[in-house]
Amino acid sequence: MTAALFLAQRISAMVLALAVAVHLGTILYAVRGGLTAGDILARTHGNLGFALFYSVFVVGVAVHAPIGLRNVIREWTPWRGPALDGALAVFAVALLALGMRAVIAVYIA
Amino acid sequence: MTSESLNVEVWRGGATGTFQTFTLPRRQNQTVLDVVTEIQREQDATLSYRFACRVGMCGSCAMVVNGRPRWTCRTRVSEAASAEGALRLEPLRNFTVVKDLAVDMAQFFDKWRDAHGYFQPAAQRPADFAVVPPATPARQAADAGIECIGCGVCYSACDVVAWDKEYLGPAALNRAWTLVNDVRDAGQAARLGAVAGDDGCQCCHTHMSCTSFCPKAIAPTYSIAGLKRTLFWQALKGGTR
Repeated sequence: MTAALFLAQRISAMVLALAVAVHLGTILYAVRGGLTAGDILARTHGNLGFALFYSVFVVGVAVHAPIGLRNVIREWTPWRGPALDGALAVFAVALLALGMRAVIAVYIA
Repeated sequence: MTSESLNVEVWRGGATGTFQTFTLPRRQNQTVLDVVTEIQREQDATLSYRFACRVGMCGSCAMVVNGRPRWTCRTRVSEAASAEGALRLEPLRNFTVVKDLAVDMAQFFDKWRDAHGYFQPAAQRPADFAVVPPATPARQAADAGIECIGCGVCYSACDVVAWDKEYLGPAALNRAWTLVNDVRDAGQAARLGAVAGDDGCQCCHTHMSCTSFCPKAIAPTYSIAGLKRTLFWQALKGGTR
């Protein structure tokens, strides 16, 4: 892992540590009395704070997960080089696109 | 087997081979190196192994004893043998086996070179002697890792080296860290670049096997953490890619 990837992984980990805690805490708090999909969408619709928070979450995941996966693949398989980096760049973009699609979907729903 | 005898399984061969069992007398204060030497002199002169000083100064007699990498000259049979009084001796892990218990150290020391684990003087001779107060944090950090004698025990213990043969390993990175903290050294940029690569310090998983097994009680894990810290801040400032 290069220093730049290490830096990106560590900083995204710090972001995710906070984001995951807020995410799980919110879920536990929100579902105490039971919750329907309609209730969720009613709260997320047009909620800019929600959209911004989960956008940061998604960016954190899209940065963090491919770097970790790259390390695992490099340690456990002989796969190296530009093909691996390219495949994981595609994976990162896919995570970002799928995640942002979900954020936008519940924001405008 | 009686309590006065010792069963010793010894690796015979190279990368492929088999264990050969020897039985020899159990002696008081017997070290594992004594055992290997006795086997070679009394039972099988073709057994290959390496040693020099016999007193824990050279580090050349390191082997895997009952699954743990250690200096055989400083390991008594009484502390290493199993409850049944048996020993299993293997060459150091993560090294190419030359024959039996002797390994090729070339790749290990090549990585010291690759990690710039050597002093780099400045192009111009300094006007005066460098003053390095022993109490400064940098000198203390260097002192903490400076006593490494390159025995390869940490390299044998490291799981990351086992997974990734190109990983520089704890000894080379520890040496690099001592030099990062040497205020006289003029090769810091190249050194930090060398230890920041895909097979550099960031590969360390902090398993701490190196620190646990080091016969000199050095903590390469902390040295590697120091390199990671230094590179983190340097990368944040845009200095290292």
